[in-house]
Amino acid sequence: MIIEFGHFTLVLAFMVALVQSTLPLWGAYRRDARLMAVGDPAAVVQFLLIATSFAALTYGFVTSDFSLKLVVENSHTAKPMLYKVAGVWGNHEGSLLLWVLILSGFGACAVWFGSNLPMRLKARVLAVQGSIGVAFMAFMLLTSNPFLRLENPPMNGNDLNPLLQDPGLAFHPPFLYLGYVGLSMSFSFAIAALLEGRVDAAWGRWVRPWTLAAWIFLTIGIAMGSWWAYYELGWGGFWFWDPVENASFMPWLISAALLHSAIVVEKRESLKAWTVLLAILAFGFSLTGTFIVRSGVITSVHAFANDPARGVFILGILGVFMGGSLTLFAFRASVLEAKGVFAVVSRETALVANNLLLAVSAFVVFTGTIWPLIAELVFARKLSVGPPFFDAAFTPFMVALAIILPLGAMLPWKRAEMGRALRPLRGALLLALAVGLLVYAVQTGRSALGPVGAALGAWVVSGALVDLWQRLGRGSVGARLGRLSRLPRADLGKVVAHSGMGVTIFAVAAMTAWVKEDIRTVKIGETFALGSYDVTLQAVNKVEGPNYHSTMADMIVRKGGVVVASLHPEKRMYPVAGMPTTEAAIDQGVFRDLYLVIGDAQDDGGYAVRSYIKPFANWIWGGALLMALGGILSLSDRRFRVAAGARKPAVVAMAAE
Amino acid sequence: MMRAVLFALLLVASPALAVQPDEMLKDPGLEARARAISQNLRCPVCQGEDIDDSNAPISRDLRLAVRERLVAGDSDAQVIDYVVARYGEFVLFQPRAEGSSLILWLAGPAMLLAGAAIALAMSRRRAVAAEAEVLSEADKARLAELLEK
Repeated sequence: MIIEFGHFTLVLAFMVALVQSTLPLWGAYRRDARLMAVGDPAAVVQFLLIATSFAALTYGFVTSDFSLKLVVENSHTAKPMLYKVAGVWGNHEGSLLLWVLILSGFGACAVWFGSNLPMRLKARVLAVQGSIGVAFMAFMLLTSNPFLRLENPPMNGNDLNPLLQDPGLAFHPPFLYLGYVGLSMSFSFAIAALLEGRVDAAWGRWVRPWTLAAWIFLTIGIAMGSWWAYYELGWGGFWFWDPVENASFMPWLISAALLHSAIVVEKRESLKAWTVLLAILAFGFSLTGTFIVRSGVITSVHAFANDPARGVFILGILGVFMGGSLTLFAFRASVLEAKGVFAVVSRETALVANNLLLAVSAFVVFTGTIWPLIAELVFARKLSVGPPFFDAAFTPFMVALAIILPLGAMLPWKRAEMGRALRPLRGALLLALAVGLLVYAVQTGRSALGPVGAALGAWVVSGALVDLWQRLGRGSVGARLGRLSRLPRADLGKVVAHSGMGVTIFAVAAMTAWVKEDIRTVKIGETFALGSYDVTLQAVNKVEGPNYHSTMADMIVRKGGVVVASLHPEKRMYPVAGMPTTEAAIDQGVFRDLYLVIGDAQDDGGYAVRSYIKPFANWIWGGALLMALGGILSLSDRRFRVAAGARKPAVVAMAAE
Repeated sequence: MMRAVLFALLLVASPALAVQPDEMLKDPGLEARARAISQNLRCPVCQGEDIDDSNAPISRDLRLAVRERLVAGDSDAQVIDYVVARYGEFVLFQPRAEGSSLILWLAGPAMLLAGAAIALAMSRRRAVAAEAEVLSEADKARLAELLEK
């Protein structure tokens, strides 16, 4: 009964979304306040209906209702409760329900936090948001209904993919979806602005927090996914350039560009058309990501839906929304007149360069991801594009970005002098070069990756600190620190986020360049050397988990005779899914992770053991968290709360409809 | 889909792990080359895994074949050609920059150049607009007139 109710509220939400996507839009066109006012309650009701529907599906999973097809396919009574709940979105249909739940949630937030939005703008934003909901709910109801019942319910379910039964992954999709779908808000604002024919500083100030929030969620979601890959998949790789990873990375790159160009709109009323285009593209990449993941068109470890009907439907959604919005953009972009002018050497130009590099790097990831498809369709060549290509084709743009970042962050707006802007950065530059040379000297004869990564990381981080120092004004150290608390949060956020970027760049280079690996057969009781550590395989035991059998090793790591860690890498067998997994044991440290993996028993009575020293591993995700923290600081800036509604009355003149 | 099923079956049939200690060569130099080559070769039956990481039996065969060729004295390029000749360019994770794949390699740099050209043209236009912001002779005269009043 509860399930049927959930199904019913989903259909009802679809109807409400239909209303929400049409009446307010018509009202905005006719300047009919009553029609426009429909948007607010519609958005809230739509959200409540979908939330009810989601709760009903969760209830089905929690109570293991095996008359539901979806629960049978993705759950099992022996599964821990956390994964029963996470199982709701650990599959195609359920994850779509989460998608529309978040979509309608953002719509409702626009109502709750958007009381100072002009009525017509809000009506249009809600209508666009509603139309996305219509498309995705139609997709769910027609091709991917999570509420389908089975005529003969089985006694138990097929279990969730064991790889996905992990706390890190349980919360990875919700964060990622908050990011993907959050970009729908920037998209709706962009379309509303095109319809209105007006983009001004106030618009930039409204769009930025939504983009920032989406970007923060994407950052956290991607970092979680990468961390999960590190300890769960394979051998401590943190990024595989898998199509599904790329699908989340492209919107991240574009939304990072959008964040920066929205600043130019807000502060200088320039780059308007470009910002609107970025907002459209950011959501376009979100939809493309959804298409890649949901259609399974590019097979990857993540693809769980391989039904062509679904792929064609999403491609249709993508075509309608992108085709429509880009056509609208082509017709209306000329209305968005730039006001602020700037010289070639200026903060604006630096941000244009930032946007160019981010957009091009996203484009490189995009071409690399879809190239196997194009090569097969157009050139009849079956080929692969993998990590070596992306490493070679993507990295140069990031290096360039890191080089210009500290400089661009400190250039004044409008017109600048390169010499004067460079002066405070001399120290940072010297430091970066010194670090690079030092690393080069210490690591004799290895790849250039280490020194270059260290130099770039030092450059970006120290550049951010110099920026902060300059912001604090003049005077003694004490006087400057005293001003720290009065610094606008956005400035602080910028420094923290940029430092995070530097930390991640350094850590990725360091871990890739300096990883130590050892693969060997070890007998029980035997000790082997790993770098400066001694690893002993004490014992290997059979252990029973709640829904798996485990072969668990007992390993002791010593350094100079002192025990550093006692680690228990496992090899698990999930009998219901019939799938083995390896669970690495990791001793996390500030400067290195010890990463141990136990393999199969060998013929001579020993076990295959893989062990690694991964230097600065945690810094990769630490840097990502710093970026997210910077975003949160910036989001809490006073001007988004206080001045967001302050659209200058002077620019009230409406563009001709 | 078939590939996924096949992959799952292979996994169950033989839970072998990536590179095994018994596969590795005694000579560390050759072994390092073998690992580097393996990391750029795709497992033909898996979903986006290289043969170095893959658990599939065919990857083990390929790893052994790579090492056999290296021991026989092949260069890295010869080993890769050997594998490509048997499994097609599908196994190359880094498509060769030749033929239609040139488009893939040049797409990024081409877009950067195009973008930079557009940005430059726009900034020229803006710079002209910026010049126009400076007071013209007539404006200056008018200003002087106003100031004199």
